[in-house]
Amino acid sequence: MIAVLGAGVMGTGIATLAIGHGVDVTLVDVDDDKLATARAAVKQQLRGAKIMGTMPKSGPVGELVCTTDLSDVAAAEAVVEAVTELADLKAKVLAEVSAIVAPGTLLLTNTSAIPVDELASVVQRPEDVAGAHFMNPPYVIRMVEVIRGPRTSEAAMDSVRTLLGKLDRDLVVVGDGPGFVINRVLQRVINESARIVEEGLATPEDVDALFEGCLGHRTGPLATADLIGLDNVADSLRVLHERTGDAGYAPCDLLLAKVRDGEFGRKTGKGFYEHGGVWA
Amino acid sequence: MSITVGLHDFLVSRTKRAWEPDEDLFAAGVVSSLFALELVVYLEKAHGVEVEGEYLSIDNFRTISRIEKMVHELQAATP
Repeated sequence: MIAVLGAGVMGTGIATLAIGHGVDVTLVDVDDDKLATARAAVKQQLRGAKIMGTMPKSGPVGELVCTTDLSDVAAAEAVVEAVTELADLKAKVLAEVSAIVAPGTLLLTNTSAIPVDELASVVQRPEDVAGAHFMNPPYVIRMVEVIRGPRTSEAAMDSVRTLLGKLDRDLVVVGDGPGFVINRVLQRVINESARIVEEGLATPEDVDALFEGCLGHRTGPLATADLIGLDNVADSLRVLHERTGDAGYAPCDLLLAKVRDGEFGRKTGKGFYEHGGVWA
Repeated sequence: MSITVGLHDFLVSRTKRAWEPDEDLFAAGVVSSLFALELVVYLEKAHGVEVEGEYLSIDNFRTISRIEKMVHELQAATP
């Protein structure tokens, strides 16, 4: 059994990925309603993944246990932390879970941008902590950005490879730092794209059409932002801004206004685009 | 409402374009796993069927005609 902490977009998707590959999951959240939503969403996502052929059609499906009691993950073989992108909250949850699981249990954070070593500082055994930046939806996108912190042990890295092997994912291991590779670049691109829309130089459709048509991106930056969730984009930008001091990462006004208005993207039905929301 | 008309309306509302009955939704690049899910949920709600097992295959969702055929089969199998 693996533990997945946080039943938001990523925690839910990671739970789908795991049970679809026959791995039992204990999904933990503080909110019972979110757990109920997640249970229904996992069932739907499994079907969507099967239709698209990104998940094994046959073979065992893992058991999904939803709980608000963190002590239920004591026997987990690995922990995937996917709570909201707030450094204090992630630190609190990781510190708590590190006191519950056995020494040597992998603590894998799915942080978007917080340096792994910063999070490792709060746990009982910093060597057990590594980062795995899954993309959304994790059961569709095979590639995972894996982050090795300066104190991450070789044993923990072996556990990461074993876990991602079970989940049939590919990985690239990179060094630690705010935003790692993907978000150090991507969040800036999203922020600048939003600023361009804010300045009235181009519509979201125009920006995305250029990245798709000129650069061959599968999804443009603003459609990607809607998929990530604009609340998470703003949180990640703040993490990057605070840690680098680089003003280019300060979330632009348009992005902040959308978050303030509850326009988080796909998960709320509206962001830079309108979405038909059946899987909020 | 006929399956084709309702389904076509649904596709138009989501993709902002019209679709021929035998046009490949996936080849046009508009159908993602997320959209496939919306489609399943729509079909289940609109036609009271449950899409499960062997039916969860991209081939059954490739065109409006194929989706219609699948829904007819599922309806026939439902008591």
